[in-house]
Amino acid sequence: MVDMLAGLMPPEIWRLIVIVVQILAIVLPLLIAVAYLTYAERKVIGAIQLRKGPNVVGPFGLLQPLADGVKLFLKETILPTGANKAVFIIAPMLTFFLALIAWAVIPFDQGWVLADINVGILYLFAISSLGVYGIIMSGRASNSKYAFLGGLRSAAQMVSYEVSIGFVLVSVLLTVGSLNLSDVVLRQKETMWFVIPHLPMFFIFLISALAETNRAPFDLPEAESELVAGYNVEYSAMTFALFFLGEYANMILMSGMTVILFLGGWLPPFDVAPFNWVPGIIWFALKICAVLFVFLWVRATFPRYRYDQLMRLGWKVFLPFSLFWLVLTSGVLVAFGWLPNQG
Amino acid sequence: MIAALIFYMFAGLAVAAGVMVISARNPVHSVLFLILAFFNAAGLFLLLGAEFLAMVLVVVYVGAVAVLFLFVVMMLDINFLKLREGVAQYLPIGAVIGLVLVVELGVIFGGWAFAPDVEALIRAPAPAADQITNTEALGRLLYTDYAYLFQASGLILLVAMVGSILLTHRRRPGVRKQVIADQIARTAKNSVEIVKVPTGGGI
Repeated sequence: MVDMLAGLMPPEIWRLIVIVVQILAIVLPLLIAVAYLTYAERKVIGAIQLRKGPNVVGPFGLLQPLADGVKLFLKETILPTGANKAVFIIAPMLTFFLALIAWAVIPFDQGWVLADINVGILYLFAISSLGVYGIIMSGRASNSKYAFLGGLRSAAQMVSYEVSIGFVLVSVLLTVGSLNLSDVVLRQKETMWFVIPHLPMFFIFLISALAETNRAPFDLPEAESELVAGYNVEYSAMTFALFFLGEYANMILMSGMTVILFLGGWLPPFDVAPFNWVPGIIWFALKICAVLFVFLWVRATFPRYRYDQLMRLGWKVFLPFSLFWLVLTSGVLVAFGWLPNQG
Repeated sequence: MIAALIFYMFAGLAVAAGVMVISARNPVHSVLFLILAFFNAAGLFLLLGAEFLAMVLVVVYVGAVAVLFLFVVMMLDINFLKLREGVAQYLPIGAVIGLVLVVELGVIFGGWAFAPDVEALIRAPAPAADQITNTEALGRLLYTDYAYLFQASGLILLVAMVGSILLTHRRRPGVRKQVIADQIARTAKNSVEIVKVPTGGGI
């Protein structure tokens, strides 16, 4: 059937169709996952605070995300008169767009990746460093002081934590010897999950991921008690929804990166009978859920950081430590002759 | 054919964005167009097969440098319309200077050639560049043949960094800094005192 279809049209067109179908196969489950992440967040925080969480719309409140989506969709998009219209509209689109294109290089299973490029990690790093633009542009274009303060805070915060994320990535890369994300996972298959040798880096990465996605306890760009809602205070309806979707898609993406870099990607925890019957993509999804749970758990548990403490943590604790760990990693690898692809 | 089309798209957008950088009225828009120009340059690198350089361009210039540009431009309190008032007056001088620069560049690049003994010094990556990924090829060149130059450029950047911190850092008297070690070292013993207050006596 598929071969017959492929024979009907020129090969370029067929490749284009295949790519579009693959993109849809990634984006649609991602959007559903985002919708149910908001549901999971409310349920988990509800459980932690001894409440029930959403339980009215549908069985166990399972249709709540749909209801929220429909509500946001039907509301009026308000453009503030003082706003810079073009930038104001582009900012949420950019946030959402960046959150989606990063998934092009994520390997879901062995060989299950849209673009198996050789610089996958750098690509992810580049895309995640662009996330700040959506926020800073919306902060500026809204022409509102709360949004502006939120945008500025976020710019400084994300740039600071990217530096330590960069060093964490380099430490992992040294152990792998390749920038390809599939190679990162395959290397963990040969040796062990990197969470064991790089345990401190795992925690630094996780905490930096919280800061990078502007999640509690580092949610200063949208600190309600000081900034109303921060950078997205002037947004309504679908423009607001795009920010929201982008933020949650980024959370899933950062969890995915944590899983690939430290928790063995699609690998089963033990390569023995009952575990390796389960397909890799299920393991990948389960691990992402576990990391996401940590995101929600942290949000329900910790109070917000003060801004100077946030900066201190990023520059004076994480940066020197990750730099030290980088030197230590390369030292150990050279001393024991464990460097990958030598010669 | 398709590659040529994509090339002209990237190149055209890069040039157009470059023109917009200097002609946009709003400085924030200028920076945003600058970012667009960086992106198109990264696209051109990708077309050349230099994927590492393309990604590094995005990480460094778009992800860090341009963010700081935007940050600074947004904080500036300058009336940019006033700055542009005398443009017509200065335009001829600027045009002449620009023309002289273009002619000089043309003269230099017209007669550009490597000296014969310099050409022998240029290193090629040990396995040919098309056999390994270009990250590896770049790494081998930088860290073996050009290690000293690489270290020297790193040192120059370090000096610049230290210098800029030294120039902008100022000690402000009377600022209470948080010393976390002190906070953690506090115990009930040295911070709480229980006093029996006699009625009507006060402390």
